[in-house]
Amino acid sequence: MVRFTLDDQEIVVPEGITVLEAARRSGIFIPTLCDDSRLEPFGGCRLCVVQVQGIPRLVTACTTPVAEGMRVQSTNEEIERRRRTIVELILSDHPNDCMVCEKAGDCNLQELAYFYDLRTNRFYGQRSQRLVKDQNPFIERDMEKCILCGKCVRACYDIQGVGAIDFTSRGFTAKIAPPFEKDLDCEFCGQCVSVCPTGALMSKQSLGKGRQKDVQEVDTICPYCGCGCNLTLHVSRNEVVRVTSRPDTINEGWLCVKGRFGYSFINSPDRLKTPLIKKDGKFAEATWEETFDYVATRLGAIKSKHGPDAIGGLSSARCSNEENYLFQKFMRAAIGTNNVDHCARL
Amino acid sequence: MPGDITINICMGTGGIAAGGEAVMSAFEDALASADIAASVKKHCAAHKVGCRGFCARDVLVDVIENGGKHTYEYIKPDMVKRIVEEHLAGGQPVQEWLVKEDYHTFHGKQVRAVLADCGEMDPEDIEAYAGRGGYEAALKSLTSLAPTDIIEELKRSGLRGRGGAGFPTGLKWEMARNEPGDTKYIICNADEGDPGAFMDRSLVEGNPHAVIEGMLIGAYAIGAQRGYVYIRAEYPLAVQRLTIALGQARERGFLGRNIQNTGFDFDIKVKLGAGAFVCGEETALIASIEGNRGMPRAKPPFPAQKGLWGKPTVINNVETLANVPYIMRKGSGWFAGFGTEKSKGTKVFALTGKIRNSGLIEVPFGISLREIIFDIGGGIEGDRKLKAVQTGGPSGGCIPASLMETSVDYESLASAGSIVGSGGMVVLDETDCMVNVAKYFLEFTKSESCGKCIPCRVGTMRLLEILTRITSGKGRPGDVELLQELSEDIKMTSLCGLGQTAPNPVLSTIRYFKDEYDAHIIERRCPAGVCKSFIAFTVLEEFCKGCMACVRVCPSGAIVGEKKKPHRIVQDVCIKCGACFATCKFQAVRKRAVYGEIHTR
Amino acid sequence: MEQRLEGILNNYLQNEGNVISILQDIENEFGYLPEDAISWISDRLDVPPARFYGIATFYSQFHLKPRGKHCITACTGTACHVKGSEWLISSLTSELHLLPDEDTTEDRKFTVEKVNCLGACSIAPVVVIDKEVYGKMSSDRLMKLVKKLEKKESEKEKA
Repeated sequence: MVRFTLDDQEIVVPEGITVLEAARRSGIFIPTLCDDSRLEPFGGCRLCVVQVQGIPRLVTACTTPVAEGMRVQSTNEEIERRRRTIVELILSDHPNDCMVCEKAGDCNLQELAYFYDLRTNRFYGQRSQRLVKDQNPFIERDMEKCILCGKCVRACYDIQGVGAIDFTSRGFTAKIAPPFEKDLDCEFCGQCVSVCPTGALMSKQSLGKGRQKDVQEVDTICPYCGCGCNLTLHVSRNEVVRVTSRPDTINEGWLCVKGRFGYSFINSPDRLKTPLIKKDGKFAEATWEETFDYVATRLGAIKSKHGPDAIGGLSSARCSNEENYLFQKFMRAAIGTNNVDHCARL
Repeated sequence: MPGDITINICMGTGGIAAGGEAVMSAFEDALASADIAASVKKHCAAHKVGCRGFCARDVLVDVIENGGKHTYEYIKPDMVKRIVEEHLAGGQPVQEWLVKEDYHTFHGKQVRAVLADCGEMDPEDIEAYAGRGGYEAALKSLTSLAPTDIIEELKRSGLRGRGGAGFPTGLKWEMARNEPGDTKYIICNADEGDPGAFMDRSLVEGNPHAVIEGMLIGAYAIGAQRGYVYIRAEYPLAVQRLTIALGQARERGFLGRNIQNTGFDFDIKVKLGAGAFVCGEETALIASIEGNRGMPRAKPPFPAQKGLWGKPTVINNVETLANVPYIMRKGSGWFAGFGTEKSKGTKVFALTGKIRNSGLIEVPFGISLREIIFDIGGGIEGDRKLKAVQTGGPSGGCIPASLMETSVDYESLASAGSIVGSGGMVVLDETDCMVNVAKYFLEFTKSESCGKCIPCRVGTMRLLEILTRITSGKGRPGDVELLQELSEDIKMTSLCGLGQTAPNPVLSTIRYFKDEYDAHIIERRCPAGVCKSFIAFTVLEEFCKGCMACVRVCPSGAIVGEKKKPHRIVQDVCIKCGACFATCKFQAVRKRAVYGEIHTR
Repeated sequence: MEQRLEGILNNYLQNEGNVISILQDIENEFGYLPEDAISWISDRLDVPPARFYGIATFYSQFHLKPRGKHCITACTGTACHVKGSEWLISSLTSELHLLPDEDTTEDRKFTVEKVNCLGACSIAPVVVIDKEVYGKMSSDRLMKLVKKLEKKESEKEKA
């Protein structure tokens, strides 16, 4: 353990953690746009600058490990002035169209602009030309809003192991782009969307379906595979408009393309809502009572005529463990066969 | 019977550009020709040598005979025959082609410590270096000194990093030595990117073996098995000579396995830079050697703790490393005998700009700027007035003429608002606009910013835009204060040295030349007559001879007129490039300030 | 193309290369970085093409478009700047009819480039034409050299 002083408060934290992490654990707020505790520190946005006694320059809390006896000041007039300039500089290269921005109300940059009361900006000038029209099916890339925090790149390389995008060019012309600045062509896991602090990366399916303040969040488990990732459904007007995942869960907030974007079946007109029974060569809607009766009668008939092993059961990986348990119990105890399997093995 | 005659021909990049190769082959041809007596031929040997600093006089040729040296300047191939006939064969130097007094004053106040062998020997010949004591220091170090002895000796010498920051070299080596682990690296930073600096290029071109020997001693001291030289691809000749030198060092057993039978293994690899100034920054350089985008990362951990491939790594600049063998050979006392209390030894500077004698110089720390500019540099070109000296490149600042007594050392230059830096020294005269100079450097840093951190990426752009509006007549009251505020914020919050120092040219020019900023903003004029928005070019009819010279050089076709009749400049088409102004032999083209002030050349 | 790239790949494997050295080899081999070459190498090495592209656009030595036959590089280092390298560049671009964002002529005969510093400051301003260094350049002399090259090119075309 390491003992150090943060804003005149003595704190004991495990060795090796950063000043930013220590501040978070002690409930001290330090602004940042490029840090994510699940990703490697980057030190690019410079908003988390703090003063460390004995170092003339400000240092970033996200990259500085705590050391025994260190004295850190997380805020004072100078620090806040410099942070304010940084936000001002970002806004001088930003569309500032919060009124129509999808991300409004859920945007870290907007929060900071509010926090520093940036009604006017001392800086103006050329804006970096990063407008991107990308025809990919899932991810809206409005790179004018990109602040180059690099979280998407780190998530893509380090979490997903894909590397579909990277920093390109340098200086003011730097941007984040797929190779040769073509349309994004990747797994579309959407980790990049989930970490973007601004409205630069958004889900195409969610556009115009309601901003964050209007949605109701419902936590659930992903129905697709046996991993059991935690999902948070964002529901607006009784419709799921977006799927996210909380970082403090078993899957640390990371999802795959199906979990994040594969929810359109919920409101699909093709979705089956009642059981169908084939009558005269055609499927017809039936009630659950009818269906259960029909299934029980037919299974009973087959069992008595051909024996239980004439029946096999296939369950689904999209069912929960409990459901699958019940199903195999049903096959073994009620039908009397071991012919049971499920789709994940196929 | 004549003694042995050595002919040294300057063949650095400057010498070659001036035709050094042709001069060399002219000597070889002349010496081979039938007219020269065999006895003379036998004793004459022509060598190419590295830069001796005074490139403006190239091609420079030394004729050394019985210890006496005659130096010729501005030698062209067609002059060689006469030198061979009259001097080499006849024993009579060709007086009118010999260097003049100013060549000697140029060297008068210089001290050649690290450049001692530069320009005196063939850089492509390890024997020439060994013949002048080369590799003695390495041999001594490897066979009879403990690594800690070397570090202590360096610490005693007071050698500080010559790349810019001035960190004590011995301390850096000690840090790396004390890090646990078997694998360590030493890197020579030859990514000399400062515009207006060519110390490292000249050193590698003129004496590559000194750099190699310095790296070898360093590797032994810190316990590294592998070294890299990260060198700019824009320096093809330096790369070529370094590669030759590395091959020779391997052949002679100074690199490779079991060096000189000491059991110590060490080898050096050359890594070519791919064109990014920011790669001069340690962590960016490491990223680049590893094959990544040269984006710096936060320190700590320092490279000495976690550097290349995560291993302890020492990164030293070319000049720093080239000093090491001389210090180890001649002793720390010899080295510490030069310089000031805190800045020991000598420093190589690239003296350029509006100076009469521009070139590469080596001076002891503590010399005054005045001595450098007026004694060594011979004053300002065209007898114009000195305005300022820009030191330290884009990370440095401008020191005004009134502070020419400033001692050249790390601390004094810092307190004057500039830095020693890697050693660029650009002299500016009254025809240079200081706002424009600041703008030039910001243009540079803006386009060399890696883009990783916001203050540098967006901040340098905004600084440049404010400077651009000032120089184009759109400056507003309050702009100077805004520049200062933004500069401070960038300096304090940027990630790496590039951003942290990028505002220095702005701050130092505001500090000493605020009146020029005010003239642009308030009086709407450029006192030096440089900023295009404040000037116009016109032809004075009574002076114009109608020679058409200006018409030919005008890139925009703005000059109209017939032969032998006065020309006229069409102002709407004129791009104010000044080509006509520079070309006119009759001073007919005049630069006119927007408010009527007339500048003549 | 594949054969040439195999060679580059072998060089990489034998000499502990990295992405930068591969790109340098491709640039040397083809004069620029063809997209196909990058895709091929990235495929073979299983390194994402985005990484190659990111690095290729970071360093000024790399070019994504074919370059001119003759390369004219004007140094814009401090010493060259104060000695008027800007004039040289503006006369070059207008002589070769280049638009502000262009560096290569349409017929791909000439490429005009700026370089930060060639370190030959004492003979400023410096221009490099097809790897040969020219010091103390004036726009007059530069124009003559360029015109000579243009003439040579057009003669070649006729022949």
